Amino acid sequence: MAETAHSDAHSVGLVKAEQADFSGPFPLASGETLSAYSLMYECYGELNAERTNALLICHALSGHHHAAGYYDLEEPKPGWWDVAIGPGKAIDTRRFFVVALNNLGGCHGSTGPASLNPATGRPYGPDFPTVTVPDWVRAQAALADRLGIERWAAVVGGSLGGMQAIQWALSYPARVGAAVAIASTPRLSAQNIAFNEIARQAITADPDFHGGRYLEAGTVPTAGLRLARMLGHVTYQSDDGLREKFGRAVRSGDLDILQDVQFQVESYLQYQGKSFSRRFDANTYLLMTRALDYFDPARAYGDDLVATFAAMQARLLFISFTTDWRFPSARSREMALAALRAGREVSYVDVEAAQGHDAFLLPVPRYLDVLRTYLAGLEGQS
Amino acid sequence: MTLRADLKLIAGMVPEGARVLDLGCGDGALLAWLAEHRGVRGYGIEIDEGQITRCIARGVNVLERDIDEGLLDFPTDGFDVVVMAETLQAVRKPGIVLEQMVRIAPRSIVTFPNFGHWRCRLELATAGRMPMARHLPHAWHDTPNIHLCTFADFEALCDARALTIYDRKVVNAQYQDAWYMNRWPNLFGTIAVYGLRRPGAAP
Repeated sequence: MAETAHSDAHSVGLVKAEQADFSGPFPLASGETLSAYSLMYECYGELNAERTNALLICHALSGHHHAAGYYDLEEPKPGWWDVAIGPGKAIDTRRFFVVALNNLGGCHGSTGPASLNPATGRPYGPDFPTVTVPDWVRAQAALADRLGIERWAAVVGGSLGGMQAIQWALSYPARVGAAVAIASTPRLSAQNIAFNEIARQAITADPDFHGGRYLEAGTVPTAGLRLARMLGHVTYQSDDGLREKFGRAVRSGDLDILQDVQFQVESYLQYQGKSFSRRFDANTYLLMTRALDYFDPARAYGDDLVATFAAMQARLLFISFTTDWRFPSARSREMALAALRAGREVSYVDVEAAQGHDAFLLPVPRYLDVLRTYLAGLEGQS
Repeated sequence: MTLRADLKLIAGMVPEGARVLDLGCGDGALLAWLAEHRGVRGYGIEIDEGQITRCIARGVNVLERDIDEGLLDFPTDGFDVVVMAETLQAVRKPGIVLEQMVRIAPRSIVTFPNFGHWRCRLELATAGRMPMARHLPHAWHDTPNIHLCTFADFEALCDARALTIYDRKVVNAQYQDAWYMNRWPNLFGTIAVYGLRRPGAAP
């Protein structure tokens, strides 16, 4: 099966991660400064001679630079957004030069809490500065400069990635042709922040967390990370979606005598939590959820979303999913209406999908069709 | 690009450079034409998935939304013109939609098919069956048209809701007019294009 995937004409095929090193200082919104940093990234497709067909992919909470294709033929799973990126796919690599990166503070090779702090020679750990969505976008702009990309034909992202697309249009109005924000929101609700805080508490309460210095202590707060991921994962799914997938199916044990019963959904969540805790850094999780909580571009515009969108130039597309209760349709609708009132070119589509927030990562036909149609109409592509 | 005849009638009532909201914009043909020929910045509201994709394909701004769920979050006079072409008969609360339209813009343009046309009257009177015609092609049990009305009904509603009719064009199914349609619109007119505004709004 993996063989078929690799020989698939719609796959970008084998890809290679690149590293861009930047010598600082890189001042952050928090007032702190990074003396130097590196970003991991991948590119798919060809940059045209006019350099007008570049498209930036921004990742969500647990994402990274490996968005499409395979590192080697043994790799069972492609990049995290392979359903959308490739030749002939919604984000068509025959038309666009696609760039995906791992954000600052990430744990997949870009400078983050697990990197060595040049000032101490030890891992940053909890000393890694707070980073915000605007910080990420400035770092992405530095990468764009390095790649010789003056203007993106589009900046595209789902969830936290959608926030970066919005921020791009705000921070660099002239450098973005279109911003596409999928399953996103202009700010987190109290409920959203509450879920993030429970996840953070799960991590910091783990005895293996050691105040964030677990790398030096030689431990990993896997129990906390597992719990955080399980909680997050439930909020990314819909009630209907979980019912469709698992219902009340029992994996083991006996419901008649109530002995050692394990429902399918439990074992699924435990698997998700376990695999996540092996590959994700706890401090990065804390940092990413904080960046989510702090995101509020309208704050600088007197909490006026219309004034916020008035400061942009990009064309905007918002896509939401009907069963997403993490960042519900109403939030995308709110942004679309504010953009309309601000006189922006804007479209908004509410896709019926049972998969909740996670739908943005899944092959939902109407969603990918809308994305493909929209991107195909943009200027600058090959 | 040639414009459908009914849309051409509407387009003639939209001033150069206007900000236009099109309720039930379909495939976006009117807005695309207005953008190209009149320098109009337009936005469409549509609920049909296929039509929304067609709007996006032709670069027309479209927001997926059910008109019946309300237009309250659109600001007063946020647009120059609101258009609703052949959609009135398909909404749940036509009176409320019309009131919202005249609030959102100083000018509203509404078109709908006339159920009072003589062929409809004849069919109901002679065959005793719900009429079907070129401008009303659906069977009664399978139609999006849940609020069919005659021109006289519509004008009575406007009167009751204090909506000012500032313009009216009556045409046949080929969107042509004739003296007898102007003399007896409710009997011979097939489609009407009405210009509405709220009382006190500048003409």
